[in-house]
Amino acid sequence: MSRMPLPYNPKIMDLFRNPKNLGKMEDATVVAVAGNPACGDMITFYLKISDKDIIEKAQFESYGCAANIATSSIVTEMIKCMSLEAAWKDITWKRVVEEIGGLPDVKFHCGVLAVGALKRAIRQYFTQRNVEAPSWLPKEHTFEEKQALEEEELAKTLSKRLKPEAEKKS
Amino acid sequence: MVENVKELLKLHEGIKHEVYLDNENSCIVPQEVVDAMLPYFNKTAYGNPTLTHKPGWEAFEVIMNSFKKISKYIGAKNLEEVTFTPSETEANNQAIMGSCFAQKSRGKKIVISEIEPINVLQVAEMMQKYGFTTQKIPVNNEGFVNLEKLKEAVDSETILVSISAVNNEVGTIQPIKEAVDIVKAKNPHALFHTDASDAYGRIPLNVQNLNVDLATLSSYKIQGPRGMGAMYLKSGINMERILEGQIGTQKLWPGVENTPLIVGFTKASELAFENFEANTTKMRTLRDKLVDGIFAELDDLRFNGPKGDKRSPDNANVSILRAEGEALTIELSLNGVYISSGSACSRRLLQPSHVLVAIGRHYSEAHGSILMKVTRAHIEEDITYVLKVLPAAVNRIRGIVGSTGVD
Repeated sequence: MSRMPLPYNPKIMDLFRNPKNLGKMEDATVVAVAGNPACGDMITFYLKISDKDIIEKAQFESYGCAANIATSSIVTEMIKCMSLEAAWKDITWKRVVEEIGGLPDVKFHCGVLAVGALKRAIRQYFTQRNVEAPSWLPKEHTFEEKQALEEEELAKTLSKRLKPEAEKKS
Repeated sequence: MVENVKELLKLHEGIKHEVYLDNENSCIVPQEVVDAMLPYFNKTAYGNPTLTHKPGWEAFEVIMNSFKKISKYIGAKNLEEVTFTPSETEANNQAIMGSCFAQKSRGKKIVISEIEPINVLQVAEMMQKYGFTTQKIPVNNEGFVNLEKLKEAVDSETILVSISAVNNEVGTIQPIKEAVDIVKAKNPHALFHTDASDAYGRIPLNVQNLNVDLATLSSYKIQGPRGMGAMYLKSGINMERILEGQIGTQKLWPGVENTPLIVGFTKASELAFENFEANTTKMRTLRDKLVDGIFAELDDLRFNGPKGDKRSPDNANVSILRAEGEALTIELSLNGVYISSGSACSRRLLQPSHVLVAIGRHYSEAHGSILMKVTRAHIEEDITYVLKVLPAAVNRIRGIVGSTGVD
């Protein structure tokens, strides 16, 4: 059971009820996914990026709790019209938590995962076009990207731990 | 954070119909139970039942009548076999810790099923700190305990076996009599405890017929007041008290008996057992209407636990694929339907319901699970309302999920 009392603030509730920039984007320049349904937490970001490396449009889909939906939604709003460089540098999970008016402690990872997905999308934009990464893009993974990776690794372990009975499910 | 709650509650203003189905975690106490309790706070029997004055004797009389009734409902041999405890959590703690401490010269092994409620599971695991070992018996994909594995596990070192009569999450009615026979045949000294919190008042339960040594009862799970439970202990069994203090009318629980809550629990039991057949038939009918309705309205579902007469009549547990449980509970709450979910959604723990995982559900299926329990107080219109609201809620949440996480 979901046992944690989670007094979400009005902003989170508003974005949960009326998410902004929701849905698949058909003409996305880049699509990035972070998290795994096995962890109850997964985000897809769709970015439309101009020739001048400006984020023209951002949309999302989210499998997750209210905090996951709300943080994904607010990230799409925060990065709109930003350059990739600015988005990379300015959008941290702490800023996301701030922007959303605070998250319950146990939900910080939702903000982390949303930013992890964004950073992954930006990195992917350069690798998929086979161009040299700009100097502002560090080679090492950031905290948020590492956390996303860690969660995905955990999902693999969780799947492995499933018993053979799982196959007999109705 | 508390300010947020005020705002959260404001979002619920204007709800016209409310249906409380989260009877796993609390309950609505019927007015007649509340009315039965009220005089005992300040009109009569407000004394300590061990003391020599009128309010004390009044309390003593009321509590003795409650002992009589509860022991009758579970088929105990005498009323001294029942101890009132402040909830089923204390009863389970007393049953497990008390048995272990009292029986430790016989052996050190505890055997439980892997789908025991947390207040059995964690107590049994905690006993490892005191030199006991805990072995968990697996269950099949409907939650039935593997009796072969149980037979293998019980040895001369085993002092206690604990298996719930009805699983609290997926409603599986365990073959307790068979399990007891298996355990006693391997080791007649091993005690058998059953947490009957989800069985009492919903399936026939007779501790003498089942031949269990210990059983746990819960008040709120039959719409009695929260903060009240009971433990059955067969006469003649050695047991250590886990709480120390002023001993009153009971040997195993020190303190001043909470007369109003004991009366409430007794009244709720009366209401459950007065028309037992009619009550359980009603629950089963409403539950089936709820489940059938959900399956008629939505695709990509999994029904968790057994169907038919091997399932508790009140329990409905469904995994809704492509939807996350916590989001669903909130969406439904905003529409006046209150349920719980087996979703984990907490940092670094990321553990969904251990019961659903044990019956072989994938983690994503457990995260999308919803648990609903009907009571005899529900009416058909409640279920009709849930069936109107639930598909819309699922479709909205699935709309946010989109193609994310679809294998």
